[in-house]
Amino acid sequence: MRSGLVIAIAMIMLCGSAVVVDAADVQDFAAVERGHYLADAADCGSCHTVPGSNHPFSGGRPIETPFGILVAPNITSDRETGIGDWTDDEFDAAVRGGRSRNGARLYPAMPFPYYSRMSRQDVMDIRAYLDTIQPVRHAVQVNRLPFPLNLRISMIAWDALYFKPEEFHPDTSKSNDWNRGAYLTLGPGHCGACHTPKTFLGGDKPSDALRGYTLQGWTAPGITSGKGPLADWSIADIEVYLRTGHNRYAAAAGLMSEVVKLSTSKMTNDDVKAIATYLKDTSGPAAQSSAPDKNVVSAGAAIYQDLCAACHRRDGKGVPGLFPDLAETATVKTRDPTTVLRVILQGAQSVSTGPEPTGPAMPGFGWQLNDAQIAAVATYVRDHFGKAPPVSESDARKARSDEAARTD
Amino acid sequence: MPRKLPAKDVVIIGLGWTGSIMAHELADAGLDVIAIERGPWRNTATDYPPDYAPDELRYRIRHELFLRPEQTTFTFRNKMDETALPIRSWGAFMPPNGVGGGGVHWNAETWRFLPSDFILRTHLTQRYGADFLPQDMTIQDWGVTYDELEPYYDRFEYLCGTSGQAGNLNGQILDGGNPFEGARSRPYPNPPQDQPFGATLFAKAARELGYKPFPQPSGNMSRPYQNPLGVRLGPCTFCGFCEWFGCGNYSKASPQTTILPSLLRKPNFIARDNSEVKQINLDVSGKRATGVTFVDTDGNEWEQPADLVILSAYTIFNVQLLLLSKIGKPYDPTANTGVIGRNFTHQTISDVTSFFDPAKFIFNPFIASGAIGMCIDEFNGDNFDHGPLGFVGGGYMGQVQTNGRPIETAPVPPGTPRWGAQWKKAVKENYLSALKPGTGVHGSMYSYRDVYVDLDPTYKDRFGRPLARITMDFHDNELKQNRFLTDKFAEIFQAMGAKQVVKEYRKGPYDITKYQTTHLCGGAIMGTDPSTSALNRYLQSWDVPNLFVTGASGFPQNAGYNPTGTLAALAYWAADAIRQKYLKNPGQLINA
Repeated sequence: MRSGLVIAIAMIMLCGSAVVVDAADVQDFAAVERGHYLADAADCGSCHTVPGSNHPFSGGRPIETPFGILVAPNITSDRETGIGDWTDDEFDAAVRGGRSRNGARLYPAMPFPYYSRMSRQDVMDIRAYLDTIQPVRHAVQVNRLPFPLNLRISMIAWDALYFKPEEFHPDTSKSNDWNRGAYLTLGPGHCGACHTPKTFLGGDKPSDALRGYTLQGWTAPGITSGKGPLADWSIADIEVYLRTGHNRYAAAAGLMSEVVKLSTSKMTNDDVKAIATYLKDTSGPAAQSSAPDKNVVSAGAAIYQDLCAACHRRDGKGVPGLFPDLAETATVKTRDPTTVLRVILQGAQSVSTGPEPTGPAMPGFGWQLNDAQIAAVATYVRDHFGKAPPVSESDARKARSDEAARTD
Repeated sequence: MPRKLPAKDVVIIGLGWTGSIMAHELADAGLDVIAIERGPWRNTATDYPPDYAPDELRYRIRHELFLRPEQTTFTFRNKMDETALPIRSWGAFMPPNGVGGGGVHWNAETWRFLPSDFILRTHLTQRYGADFLPQDMTIQDWGVTYDELEPYYDRFEYLCGTSGQAGNLNGQILDGGNPFEGARSRPYPNPPQDQPFGATLFAKAARELGYKPFPQPSGNMSRPYQNPLGVRLGPCTFCGFCEWFGCGNYSKASPQTTILPSLLRKPNFIARDNSEVKQINLDVSGKRATGVTFVDTDGNEWEQPADLVILSAYTIFNVQLLLLSKIGKPYDPTANTGVIGRNFTHQTISDVTSFFDPAKFIFNPFIASGAIGMCIDEFNGDNFDHGPLGFVGGGYMGQVQTNGRPIETAPVPPGTPRWGAQWKKAVKENYLSALKPGTGVHGSMYSYRDVYVDLDPTYKDRFGRPLARITMDFHDNELKQNRFLTDKFAEIFQAMGAKQVVKEYRKGPYDITKYQTTHLCGGAIMGTDPSTSALNRYLQSWDVPNLFVTGASGFPQNAGYNPTGTLAALAYWAADAIRQKYLKNPGQLINA
């Protein structure tokens, strides 16, 4: 990728103004290839393609936000219902500027604050790729938010507070790998969209970047190193996880299984290694445990031995590549227990990828354990293996009712 | 009128072990493959998770994973002059159902047959003379040799992560393994499983008696394993719920844990579950299959055209579907003509229950896996001189106790009341200190002229088609074999220090209500002569060359081992023949 970029820049310098350098060019094989790669890295398909659909990028997938449902639009080149008659400037304004074609502001379910780190050339390449996709006539009503949030004018204040468009500039004191990783993580990869804590208005808290957030019924755990949840993960551990969805410690399930399937497993080894290099240079706090009730822990330990140890083993270490190591799984050693409770209640299906096709699944125990038992086993697992705070019976009750209300 | 679906390159009937292997191999060859499975889809975490997989009542007693006789069944009789009656509750064997087939509920005992098993008639005739064999015994050579199958046994073992100790590595006999086995090209992919006390004690006594005990080859993992397809299995936890059960923690080799994750990623493979194939369709010549007709749960009939048909259902369903589809000449035992239904066999098993002093022996029988145990092979196949004994065949034997599950494991000495306080006291006293290996003597059943499958003249299934009729009884050869083997087996338990050894010989007549493995074999057998076999050496139908029939239905007779290793090796062997030979020049591969 990088050599492609260098060549592209060299070409620009040689040809000068004779070449239109910043227009989407579907005739340009290299631009289409690069755009395809960036569309994967930016995980465009995750929102803009309905899972299982034969019509990629034709929109229609509802995106759950803390404020209501938004529906991803059709971004195929259909002229009426897609973006076929948009100008390049209009496309760029949407992707990097958070502005719709009529100038209205986009909701940040479209992660334009991250995408603004990309260059215009990046965005034009993505468009060149999108232009090669079969146009689909599919009108999507995007905004289903309640009043007053359905008024896009409310986004003026949001943008002023949280949107600082800025192209990525390499830090020359860091390695090329680090810079590439930072660009992918903070730019197209938009990792912080899930993993960075948000304000009550849904804007990133920059001081807590990548320290974990809860959305769509899942905890996106902290992915910081230093003392953070990935403290014990090596660069290779992160790389293998992103490439295959599994490593010696953990398995990708829930939203992350989609990220792996549609995005990180399609990246080059160099690029996932670069992301790992960057993440290993981030820093976050250790999860804070607090002393749980001893009776609860011993009840949880008994449930664990009975129901969990067959796979996760008595010592919680699991089986590398198959069953997660509970002491090294970021979702366990994180303050918010949403994922732990959800997985215990309803089970989880991990991702199947080419190198790791198994896709092992965990059964749900919600039918069998009551709220007190769920809380006990979650408390035991988090305290004993993860060093995370206890879970109360009311947490478990709330998780159960939240889960019952969910459609996914 | 069935509705016609778009044509496929390959249609596979039944998605168990051999169906999965065929599907994977043929999809790998670039063919467009559909598998049609009568039963439901099954996944580990949602269908038999570890929290309720070990439920003896649900799975063992109430047969959760098996075909429901209400859907279809068989009729049975011992002798040709009897009227067969339908089986309404499974007993002697357990017809599998659903994705994964028998591979979901097996014990994972993963054996290879002996080299001499594949050339049985030739071998026995050379050693003992043709007159040594009973007149009505119809054993045959297979048309394929052990050496030809070796690479395919190897592939299956590495797919499964079989745990075991090689006894013959490229001709070199190794201590601790089975010295009688055919030469293997590499060691087992995983070391043997750890053995519980009862098996260890059995091995010690066997060794002292001059035998060479070895661990039973097991498809239950002795350690974590990633197979050549990238699919991972976890280590066995010795819970003792293997046979009749699905494995909840990815430790038992099954299609689900070894091959389906890879198969399902292939864009040129699809499967339809809950769809029952009613017949294989033929063109007007009757020499070419055009596809299959199946019915879904709504009662809709569909025609699935295909260039190649793979029949990979359970033994007796393979035979029945051939008969119903009028492929091959039905076997007539009176005239001794025809092939479909011929050489049908099962297994000759027996057991010994041994009672030890509870103060000195604690065996903890619940620490077990389905293929655990120490075995000896001195009395299998033709590993011993049958000349003075007056029978042929044999089997492995071993302390292969697969469980101590509470409903069925209540060993009490003879003379104990069948219920009440005395019975309870005896169960309590003996539960930990008795050994009951289940299929401890695992003997061969050879084929006979009057043991076969045909279509029942009276009983019909829900579609109005005749049920398959089994005519089966034990012959003197097998009963003599069993008596000899059971006595030898009991001697070892005596040598272990048992205070009482109770022999349970296999006796005639064959009892359809008593479980005696699910190893039905034959009925659509492979061979070298179209007048005595349904299939050629590549499992290709002699009559319809674009039909291949996999599974134990192809065994000309059954050996003294569990059949899965061999039927899987044959599936790989046939798949290779299709890829290397048939696809280059579709047609009959053997000129007979």
